[in-house]
Amino acid sequence: MSSASAIAAAAATIERRRRNYARTYLWFVVPAAVAVLGTILFPWAFTFFISAFDWHLGSPREFVGFANYAKLFTDERFGLALLRTLYYTSLAVVFPLGLGLAAALIFNQKFPLRGLARTIFILPMMATPVAVALVWTMMFHPQLGVLNWLLQEIGIPPSMWVYHADSVIPTLVLVEVWHWTPLVMLLLLGGLAALPIDPYEAAKIDGATPFQTFRYITLPLLAPYLVVALIIRTIDALKAFDTIYVITGGGPGSASETINIYLYLQAFAFYNMGYASAVVVVFFALILTLAALLMWTREKVRP
Amino acid sequence: MKRILGKLGFAISVLLLISPAIMIFLWMLSLSLKNELDNTAYPPVFIPSPPTLGNYAEVFARNDFLLYAWNSVVVSFSATGIALLLGVPAGYGIAKMRATRLAGLILIARITPGLSYLIPLFLMFQWLGLTGTLVPIVITHLVITLPIVVWVMISFFEGLPGELEEAALVDGATIWQAFRHVAMPLARPGITVACILSFIFSWNNFIFAVVLAGRETRTLPVAVNNMLTFEQISWGPLSAAALLVTAPVLILTLLAQKQIVAGLTAGGVKGA
Repeated sequence: MSSASAIAAAAATIERRRRNYARTYLWFVVPAAVAVLGTILFPWAFTFFISAFDWHLGSPREFVGFANYAKLFTDERFGLALLRTLYYTSLAVVFPLGLGLAAALIFNQKFPLRGLARTIFILPMMATPVAVALVWTMMFHPQLGVLNWLLQEIGIPPSMWVYHADSVIPTLVLVEVWHWTPLVMLLLLGGLAALPIDPYEAAKIDGATPFQTFRYITLPLLAPYLVVALIIRTIDALKAFDTIYVITGGGPGSASETINIYLYLQAFAFYNMGYASAVVVVFFALILTLAALLMWTREKVRP
Repeated sequence: MKRILGKLGFAISVLLLISPAIMIFLWMLSLSLKNELDNTAYPPVFIPSPPTLGNYAEVFARNDFLLYAWNSVVVSFSATGIALLLGVPAGYGIAKMRATRLAGLILIARITPGLSYLIPLFLMFQWLGLTGTLVPIVITHLVITLPIVVWVMISFFEGLPGELEEAALVDGATIWQAFRHVAMPLARPGITVACILSFIFSWNNFIFAVVLAGRETRTLPVAVNNMLTFEQISWGPLSAAALLVTAPVLILTLLAQKQIVAGLTAGGVKGA
């Protein structure tokens, strides 16, 4: 046997073994894949199926095709919920990103007790949202709440917080900002730690001011991380449910009824399963589109 | 002079950053340690004098608080345990096969709002007659814990050098043995991170239990929310209950902040 064919045979064996490995590794994934199929993929398919029925729980279901979707277009309450969701989301993305960036820049410096300060800063993100929402509810109380007392002490007229249609969404966003700015900070802090040092040394030699360094070096290099934070924040803000449900339940009136709240009411207060499923499908399509759009942006900014 | 001013400004901005977190938790503690008269006083009473544990006693005395605490423990531990059992091998397999598409699928689970699983699962559990037990809650919590575990484990296994396992394979170990006795011990820090994160997010979860739980199967977040809705609101016991619910995760965060930061950064940055 020539050495060339021996090498070829050996290579083939290795290749075959590698393919066998690949097949064996698949078995590592199978159990989890089954669980994912059962708890995640099956519900999607089933939701889509139910959305074709007019079905109030307890009464017989009736096939209506796409009628539920058609109804969504003329459902004013759904339209308003959609607008509120977008309003809430835009506020709940912009503020955490801005504050998170500032916080990341600060925590990127070395200072005494930095570890402790960082731990305290990330506590809100880990705290149980429902428990914290209850405390906020007490703080928002117009007469007895501590927040209006604070406002009066510094000479600002008291606010109605979550008890007025105009201020309820910004107030709920305040809670969301408190909860999730730490996550943005962590993501950006990770980004800052990964930045190269050379451009900063060059900037120092060229006599750049701190602001110039930030504007022309840090910000562009950090852009991919900012986009990741933007994506995560957008998705989480669209998904927001716990705090809104606990603090206002969609009120006053329906002034804070976002899609999630509307969806919850349709499904589990009115037991209107078919229609609620149509809402789920449209809502999910919206989230996927936004996420895809943002991921596309991310490919663009990648250096 | 300018340097001192700069330092002072920096110290003030650090304080400003951490004060919202400190103030909310301290106010929570203060409310839970005061009697009802002080809690509704205006201007507010900040420091409880004398502090009272009466609110805590009241929480434990009523509301089946201990039952709900036990439910929460069972749900979070089971959901985390099952997720580790399924998710650690899956993370390993995906990392070894470089199956980015499978990883992407798990990412979509992160994107999907929890409510959108609930309609079909709610109907299914009704048909199966499982409502009124903790099983549906544990199963739905897998929707949260499993993606966390898989995601954290992928990034950990990808970071491990492959040479040791290859050496084991050359020496005649099966792939399973290489995973079990070489890769898994090396990935123990990753497993710890995955375990902590999935426990915390399962413990905090509200949306699944609020729909699926019956009277006997409420988890703590649902029970605490019911205190607000269905009873005459008394701020002291409510704050005490809220603090008891969130205390375990806060303590865990303080103890394991390094792991949590590592996990969230890895999961988050690679996660999108």
